[in-house]
Amino acid sequence: MSTATPKALILPADWRDFFALTKPGVMRLVIFTALCGMLAAPGTLHPVLAFTAILCIAVGAGGAAALNQWWEADIDAVMKRTSRRPLPGGRMERESARDFGFALSGLSVMTMGLAIGWLAAGILAFSIFYYAWIYTVWLKPRTPQNIVIGGGAGAFPPLIGWIAVTGHITLMPVLLFLIIFMWTPPHFWALALFVQIDYSKAGIPMMPVVAGEKSTRWQILAYAAVLLPLSMTPWFIGGTGRVYGLAAFLLGAVFLWLSVKVGLRTSTPGDGMKPEKRLFAYSIFYLFILFAMLVVDRFATIYGLQA
Amino acid sequence: MIQFPETRPLTAAETEALRARQRSRNMVMGLILGFLVILFFAISIVKIAAPHPKSAEPQAPAPGAKSGTLGGHA
Repeated sequence: MSTATPKALILPADWRDFFALTKPGVMRLVIFTALCGMLAAPGTLHPVLAFTAILCIAVGAGGAAALNQWWEADIDAVMKRTSRRPLPGGRMERESARDFGFALSGLSVMTMGLAIGWLAAGILAFSIFYYAWIYTVWLKPRTPQNIVIGGGAGAFPPLIGWIAVTGHITLMPVLLFLIIFMWTPPHFWALALFVQIDYSKAGIPMMPVVAGEKSTRWQILAYAAVLLPLSMTPWFIGGTGRVYGLAAFLLGAVFLWLSVKVGLRTSTPGDGMKPEKRLFAYSIFYLFILFAMLVVDRFATIYGLQA
Repeated sequence: MIQFPETRPLTAAETEALRARQRSRNMVMGLILGFLVILFFAISIVKIAAPHPKSAEPQAPAPGAKSGTLGGHA
C-alpha cells in the first residue's frame, strides 16, 4: 500500500443489511398470500400457531432470498436494479450471507415442523430448495423459461398457509398455487420488457433478450388468457362462492385487457414503455385483491351472505 | 469478520464506530432471541392446552379425518 490514506477499518455488517438480504419487499406479498391461504382454508388454527406458521413461511422465504443473493452476488453487481444490495455493495462478506440464509431456512423449517406439522414443514423446505437451488442455481442462468419455473417458488406461500390449517393437500390449495404460477410470467416479463438491457448485461437469458420482444409479448398475452379461466376455477368446482368468482372474472378481465395492449403492441425507442409499466403495476394490485377476495368470499359464506 | 487496519491502532472515532456497530447487532440479536423464547413458550402452552388432532399430531393423522374434500365450504 503506497497510498497516503491508511487502510480503513472494515466493520462487521450492519444488521440492517442482513434484514435487506431477506428481500422485505417481496416478503410483503409472501406474508399476504400465505395469510389469505390460511384464512380461506376450511378449519381453524390457534392464533399463536397461525402467527407461527406465517412467521415460518416469511422467514423461510427470507432465508431463500439470502441464499439467492449469496449465489448471485456477481450477477447482481452488474445490474443497476440490484447493484446496491448488501453483497455487491461490499457491505457484507459472502459467507455471512450464506450462513445467514442456511440458518433462517433451517430454523423456519424446524419451527414449522414442531409447531404446525411436518407436511407443511416439508413443503416449506422444498419451496426453499426450489427457489435457492432449482431456480437460482440451476434454471435461471440456463433457460429463458426461468421465470415460468421460478414462479413456482412464489406460488408456495398460500399452499403452505392452507396446509398449515388443514394438515393435508386438496385441490383448492393446489389451484391457489397454479394461479400464482400462471400469474408470474406476465407479471415478470412486463418488468423484463422495460429493464431488459440490465438482464442482457448480466448474461441472464431473460425472455425478451433471448426470444425477442414480439415473442415475449405474445407469451404475456397467452398466460393472461389462461389465467382468467384458471382464477375462476375455484368457483367452478364449488371451492368458493360467487363473491370470489365474480371478483376473479372482473380482475382477470382487466388483466387480460392490459395484456392485450402489451401483447399486440410494438415498442418504439423512447416511448416510455407505458403499457408495460401499467401492466406490471396492475399485476401486483391484481394478486393482492384476488387473494383478499378469496378471504372475503370465505367470510361471506360463513356469515351466510351468499346463500 | 472485522478487518483491522494493519499498521496502526484504531483511532478513537473508529473504536467508537466499531463499538456502536457491535452494540446495534447485539441489541437486535437479543431482541430476536427474547422474541423466540416468548414464541416457543407460547407455542408450548397452546399445544399442551389444546392438542388439536390436525395440527398437534402430524405423524398420526386421526382415523376418519376428512380427506379428499375440495375444501372451502364444507
